[in-house]
Amino acid sequence: MVQYIVSRLLWLVPTLLAMALVTFLVMHATPGSPLDPVAEGANPLSPDAQKALAAHYGLDKPLWHQFAIFVSKAVRGDFGFSFVYKTRTVAEILRETFPISLLLGSMALVLAVAGGLTLGILAAVYQNRGWDYISVLLATVGVAVPNFVLAVFLIILFSFVIPLFPTGGWNSPRDWVLPTITLALAPMGIIARFTRASMLEVIRADYTLTARAKGLSEGPVIFKHTLKNALIPVVTLLGPLFAAVGTGSFFVESIFRVPGMGRFFVLSMSGRDYPMIMAVVLTYGVFLAIMNLVVDLTYGVLDPRIRY
Amino acid sequence: MAFSTRASGTDIAPGSPPLADAGSVEAATIGVETARSSSSLWRDAWRRLLRNRLAMAGGIVVVLLALVAIFADVLMPQAYTKTNFGRLNEAPSRDYPLGTDALGRDLLSRMIYGARVSMLVGLGAQFFVVAIGVPVGALSGYLGGRADLVITRFIDVMYAFPRLLFVILVMSMLGAGLFNIFLAIGLTGWVGIARQTRAQVMALKEKEYVDAARGLGAGFVRLLGRHILPNALTPIVVAVTFGIPEAIFTEAALSFIGVGINPPTPSWGQMVGEGQQFIRSYWHLCVFPAIAIAITMLAFTFFGDGVRDALDPKMK
Repeated sequence: MVQYIVSRLLWLVPTLLAMALVTFLVMHATPGSPLDPVAEGANPLSPDAQKALAAHYGLDKPLWHQFAIFVSKAVRGDFGFSFVYKTRTVAEILRETFPISLLLGSMALVLAVAGGLTLGILAAVYQNRGWDYISVLLATVGVAVPNFVLAVFLIILFSFVIPLFPTGGWNSPRDWVLPTITLALAPMGIIARFTRASMLEVIRADYTLTARAKGLSEGPVIFKHTLKNALIPVVTLLGPLFAAVGTGSFFVESIFRVPGMGRFFVLSMSGRDYPMIMAVVLTYGVFLAIMNLVVDLTYGVLDPRIRY
Repeated sequence: MAFSTRASGTDIAPGSPPLADAGSVEAATIGVETARSSSSLWRDAWRRLLRNRLAMAGGIVVVLLALVAIFADVLMPQAYTKTNFGRLNEAPSRDYPLGTDALGRDLLSRMIYGARVSMLVGLGAQFFVVAIGVPVGALSGYLGGRADLVITRFIDVMYAFPRLLFVILVMSMLGAGLFNIFLAIGLTGWVGIARQTRAQVMALKEKEYVDAARGLGAGFVRLLGRHILPNALTPIVVAVTFGIPEAIFTEAALSFIGVGINPPTPSWGQMVGEGQQFIRSYWHLCVFPAIAIAITMLAFTFFGDGVRDALDPKMK
């Protein structure tokens, strides 16, 4: 077990290095540079000024050297100054924005798991009846329709037609409702679909029949005997779901004006903010990898047959 | 899609080498009698698809969208670039059925042309996904050994990337534009299909009929192209049917944040992205394209589910 965790953590190192390298190369292959003037269509900076700027940011060194410097600093959590917000370090900005994204993401994930499990169980228990159709329809809509489109519908419905929630901002818990729902719908749909399929399989298993035969009522049969076994394939999903929630938050954050990391990523993209882009990509990478590890460890708890 | 599969089913003549036809993998893997007609897999699938009402409804919407995309030039009431600065941001009226945008352009015309953009992206991106993913997966599965190890490791690293993040990165490298969207989705989206192709090829290359073909002197290209890949087609077809809406989604998302289609070419995602900023004052700007995206995605999803269920009844 300990050995398994250690080896998984060691695997993180080459994966993250590869991610950093790919991002680094892609960024430097991108036309346009942070040495270009900030205003669009302005005259280029004088060669001397460009040289000074390049030296300041370390852009005058050969690429491999730049990458080595970056890695050695990043290991210590130092991503340098942002090119766009020149007075602030990237670490500072991330410290401010990441918790907001994390809060939004966790709320969405809790809602997605709770809602998805409920819908999935309802659909399986009432297979081919009303509840089944409703939850399958909801799940399909959640999975298929992009979240920025759902956001538009939700704003129209719950801000204009029934003015319950504001259209954006991040000041009071009331502002949290619509972004959380928007972000939760896609993972909720995925969870509901998988729960339904896996419940249906377990409900037909012999041990469920045994449980019924010994006279258990429907409640204990569903919750004690089927649900726990049906959950294992659903837990597999949580890894990709973290990814879905993470990247989904770009759109949700920009529509609802949430000052989180996703919104910053989009802004730093157009500003060629190299240090910022690297930091955001790697933060997502580390976060996803750790979450995947946690998920893999959860299997063992749910299914004692699994050994590491 | 369905038409082409039916065609490929019927043009395998009874006289073609019995070891190479589509029926043999079915016979070999499921163990049914080999006397059945060689096209039964695809014909059965087609029949199952026809019976699935939700999938057919989705299919009909997809066909309608394709027609709108093809005949966009004829259907548009006016050119999608034609501005009318006297009538900006107007709500739907008789002159402009869906209203006008911030430059006084007819929203309906822009939506119709947007259908063409979406469809082109769906098909064009899948072309690159298949063109990269299938050969890489096939080679990896067929060669095995060290080449396989290197390729799978690379695929694993690609998987670790948040997909959309990577597409956005690649797009900012290539610059906005329709062809670059094809390329960006192709460069990032091939991993899934490569994995599936690899798994299929690895299973199929051990089959007796492949051995027989090799014994008869079939070369590497012929073995893969004529004997193995045609039988590995089912998961590839399913992956492509789901890949099309995913590509449409990706384009909409890219255009939404402004790194997708170049203006003035309209794209539904870009229209939602620009319109949602003014949702309070001019709701029509983002609501109509949002509805279009929602309907398209649902239609493709229902159709894709139907195709998957039809091709692989066990998975239901």
